[in-house]
Amino acid sequence: MTTLVTVLLLAMLAGTAITIARVRGVFVAVMLTGIYSLLSASWMLVLDAPDVAFTEAAVGAGVATVLMLSALALTTNQERRPDRPTILPLVVVVLTGSVLVYGTLDLPSIGDPLAPAQQHVVPRYLHESPHEIHIPNVVTSVLASYRGYDTLGETTVIFTAGLGVIMILGGAQQVLSWQRSRRREDEEGAIELDDYTAAPLPEPRDPIRPEHGWDARGEAAASGGEGAGDDEGAAPEEDA
Amino acid sequence: MNHLIVPRVMAKIMIPFILLYAFYVQFHGDYSPGGGFQAGVIFAAAVILYTLIFRVAEAERAVRPSAVRVIGALGLLLYAGVGVVTLFKGGAYLEYGVLKHDPVHGQHLGILLVELGVGVCVAAIMISIFYAFVDFLRAQ
Amino acid sequence: MSVSELALRFPVLAVILGHYNYWIVIVLMMTGFYVVISRDNLIKKIIGLNIFQTSVFLFYISLGKVDGGTAPILADGFEVYSNPLTSVLILTAIVVGIATTAVGLSLVVRIHEAYGTLEADDIDQLDEEP
Repeated sequence: MTTLVTVLLLAMLAGTAITIARVRGVFVAVMLTGIYSLLSASWMLVLDAPDVAFTEAAVGAGVATVLMLSALALTTNQERRPDRPTILPLVVVVLTGSVLVYGTLDLPSIGDPLAPAQQHVVPRYLHESPHEIHIPNVVTSVLASYRGYDTLGETTVIFTAGLGVIMILGGAQQVLSWQRSRRREDEEGAIELDDYTAAPLPEPRDPIRPEHGWDARGEAAASGGEGAGDDEGAAPEEDA
Repeated sequence: MNHLIVPRVMAKIMIPFILLYAFYVQFHGDYSPGGGFQAGVIFAAAVILYTLIFRVAEAERAVRPSAVRVIGALGLLLYAGVGVVTLFKGGAYLEYGVLKHDPVHGQHLGILLVELGVGVCVAAIMISIFYAFVDFLRAQ
Repeated sequence: MSVSELALRFPVLAVILGHYNYWIVIVLMMTGFYVVISRDNLIKKIIGLNIFQTSVFLFYISLGKVDGGTAPILADGFEVYSNPLTSVLILTAIVVGIATTAVGLSLVVRIHEAYGTLEADDIDQLDEEP
């Protein structure tokens, strides 16, 4: 029974990955990435790692999909057909893959209890954790206590990445007004030094429920706007 | 009739349960799969769901972006602060055994506080990242 | 004949049964790699990186599986447990991965705002113009 589930999961996983490589619309690729995350979370569960499956499902199928759709809401939905032929990437990929397969022949069989990964430190954690820390979940005890430094460093990485995103994308109001003032300088040929007190910005539109619909944005977003707008439930209706 | 009425009703019913589930996962990380990271992401997912279904302005009034940024920093500070407290109590950095009279109880307290710090930081950062994207779209 | 007897008779089958996880992971890895190097659209490149990243996680989790073991949560009645250390490493890696994806996507957003396009070739061309 487990074998049947494993074979089905792996087939769906490989099929989803290959479809993501072949499909042309970016919106479809983003949705398939969510499905790919969910399938890999199921396979992690089959491989006895429920904590990891939990995190992968929440992060991959939840937050990552939403962030990609938000990034997609700015741009066109179609990718252009590549001009150059794709034989060279295919050859590189096949060569690398075969070298890796040759390398895996040296790895121990799956599930071997004598594999090097199961020796040295891991039996110590499994035997000492109930005496030293006294909590059933060994993953939490290793994460928070035995490897506490790593977790501190990782939390710092997440915090720094959040700071990075806020600095890259935040302050949009100031940047837009600065750009508008620069454009005015180019047109008139005179130097204008007022930037932050420029003309009032347009009324900020709710990107999820815009009043005028996506078409009001004009330019290249018109064709991709419907594809990007549908996923966030956008409808140009106000309710009282 | 507004065609978003069904998602709105369902969201109003589900979001409190999602938040409660995030708290459950956070505090039962010792006994079942769970812990700080999972709880933080689930909490952020609940807030993101609220933002998607209701308007961004309402969501930002309920969960203010400036407050969320500060809370993220406080979560990381809590984690590092536990280590500093153990230093003051005579142990090494992040040696939870010295937090209480008994090493095992000290470990319990240390793990609880540290996972709380991680959960708070991850939730706040995921929410701020989402707000940064949405505010950028709004300003266009 | 059961599977294990077949595996004893034909060593090739034993090798396949013991390594198919790794080979599937390599297929996924190479698919992600192909998407990164052959697609021009920046968001698709980030999606390819995500596929690659997730396949590496699956590789690590496969390394930690023990035959007949259960999840590493101590309970009465279970003797053999799977490896908790690989779970811990991948837990860290997943959340760091989403953080770097978020930074990458925010850079893509700003690139689109500056250049007006998301195709890498067009951006190179716009850069070369004086």
